[in-house]
Amino acid sequence: MAAAEKQPVTGAGPFNGLLTWIDQRFPLMENWRTHLTEYYAPKNFNFWYYFGSLALFVLVLQIVTGIFLTMNYKPDAAQAFASVEYIMREVPWGWWIRYMHSTGASFFFICVYLHMFRGLLYGSYRKPRELLWIFGMLIFLCLMAEAFFGYLLPWGQMSYWGAQVIVNLFGAIPLIGPDLAIWIRGDFVVSDATLNRFFAFHVIAVPLVLLALVVAHLLALHEVGSNNPDGVEIKNAKDPKTGRPLDGIPFHPYYTVKDSFGVAVFLVIFAIVVFFAPEGGGYFLEANNFITADPLKTPPHIAPVWYFTPYYSILRATTDEFVVWGLTPAVIAFAALIIWSVKGNRVRIAVGVTAAVLLLGFLTLDAKVWGVVLMGVSVLIFFFMPWLDRSPVKSIRYKGPFTKTAIALFIVSFFVLGYLGTQPVTTGRTVAAQIGTAVYFLFFFLMPWYSKMDRCKPEPPRVTWK
Amino acid sequence: MKDDAGMNRGRRTLVIASACAGGAAAVATAVPFAASMLPSDRAQALGAPVEADISQLAPGEKMTVEWRGQPVWILHRTPEMLEGIKKDDDKVADPKSERKKDELTPAYARNEYRSIKPEYLVVVGICTHLGCSPQDRLKAGPEPFASEWEGGFYCPCHGSLFDLAGRVYKNKPAPDNLRVPPYTYLSQGTILIGEDKKGA
Repeated sequence: MAAAEKQPVTGAGPFNGLLTWIDQRFPLMENWRTHLTEYYAPKNFNFWYYFGSLALFVLVLQIVTGIFLTMNYKPDAAQAFASVEYIMREVPWGWWIRYMHSTGASFFFICVYLHMFRGLLYGSYRKPRELLWIFGMLIFLCLMAEAFFGYLLPWGQMSYWGAQVIVNLFGAIPLIGPDLAIWIRGDFVVSDATLNRFFAFHVIAVPLVLLALVVAHLLALHEVGSNNPDGVEIKNAKDPKTGRPLDGIPFHPYYTVKDSFGVAVFLVIFAIVVFFAPEGGGYFLEANNFITADPLKTPPHIAPVWYFTPYYSILRATTDEFVVWGLTPAVIAFAALIIWSVKGNRVRIAVGVTAAVLLLGFLTLDAKVWGVVLMGVSVLIFFFMPWLDRSPVKSIRYKGPFTKTAIALFIVSFFVLGYLGTQPVTTGRTVAAQIGTAVYFLFFFLMPWYSKMDRCKPEPPRVTWK
Repeated sequence: MKDDAGMNRGRRTLVIASACAGGAAAVATAVPFAASMLPSDRAQALGAPVEADISQLAPGEKMTVEWRGQPVWILHRTPEMLEGIKKDDDKVADPKSERKKDELTPAYARNEYRSIKPEYLVVVGICTHLGCSPQDRLKAGPEPFASEWEGGFYCPCHGSLFDLAGRVYKNKPAPDNLRVPPYTYLSQGTILIGEDKKGA
């Protein structure tokens, strides 16, 4: 029997007996060691490495506050808005739980965006971490779905018209679009049926998938090991006797302590927002959402919550003129670039055919369809990062001027698009959003070339302390 | 290929067959779940036509009635407004309502004013881009979004413009004119929205 072969648990004082009893029936110590005390993480983690554990912390916070909100919330078009106000005014501490949940949504995105930016800086998506990155991106997609479904629930004006616009995005898909939009809504307009099903998605369907993906993300991380700010593998330099990485330290206690400190600082900032600025200056909770949903009247200015605005800007930037003068030459130039760069006629023919299909599509389909396509691509393109980056080094520390400039321009375009997405449309802003959209996509689409041509510095054999 | 040695081929065939049958059953089971998300019988029944009393609607005024949960606008256009519509012909993308005409413009509204009687415009007040409800900018005169403006509607979401016949301006996100719902005059001052005299 396996149980008999296991060593008794030591070092837990009065709990040794209990833990031994459990360990003989459940792989307790094995998991404890694999994922905590004998999971060796690089010793040179810096500030950017806080945000993974913080995102996990916010996930727990959202689940706990969410459970308590469902105790008083009513997913019914006639009662939803009033039940949220009931939570805010009459349920003991209801306002606190609700503000934690609404602020938590924004902080979730702040943590996840910074976590993704860390990956971008240090090449954490590169081999062998492609699948780890893909699980992370799937978590990001789930998070976007979760935020979108949740935003309808208060049944305010922004909830209603935001859902109306996003569901209609699916209506732009040729042929099946209009029926698909009706299927998603369960009605011809956003209505009680829509609210009820969005509640189901928000509180159970998406969270279950999200949790499963978080487990997969962590398992993949612990399989390949953490990257670090130098982007060099700590597994390459192991202690010949113990086989442990020389530059690795046990996750517990070293990084559990570091991450606990991060959580403490996070909670200070989070509490300041929850108690003193829960509306986040109109960015976390929008003013129009304090008005109950009116299907007959769109508010004078509608904008998504801040974390969706960069993609929303891309959607709005795609006008007929942009398709003709922006996308058409871009597709021709890009196809020519690929055909010139690659060897092998099969790839060349495939690229030529794809480009021809796209150009034909530009002529026949509305700009609206291409706006939706660009918006989708702007999110999905992240999945391809592991294969777009052809640099010989992983970390920004050793990358050359091209990559550094490209990342800087990308971040600027992300912020500019994000800002423009919160503002009403004018001719000037549309042009700015179109330039931003071009920069955003060039960062990804030209990456295979500039990352390869770049003059990189040599990577050190082992991690450094900086 | 040596791995096949000693394998029970009959059993393998059976495993494949039952896996296929099970997979088909699983897919078939998904159908009722997916179908349960379609509009219910009640939601479909709520699409009944509605009546609107327009006898009190003064020239230049607009009223909104709810039909199938959507706003339907009825605008009493003045002679100046009708003149303005003529000037818009080369600014709008589809002046003669030829695109998706069966869906957007019933036969009796396929004219310059997109209406049965020129003075009364009846359209669904939902932008054909992504479904926001545009705002009234009925007066002629320069606007921040257009220096020459004969009056019309402005969509706050993505900046689409429509003239006073619900025709979409060129190079705007919205691809199509506002939808004219099926409607008919029950009397001089009453409109029935949602139903028309078929073939009339």
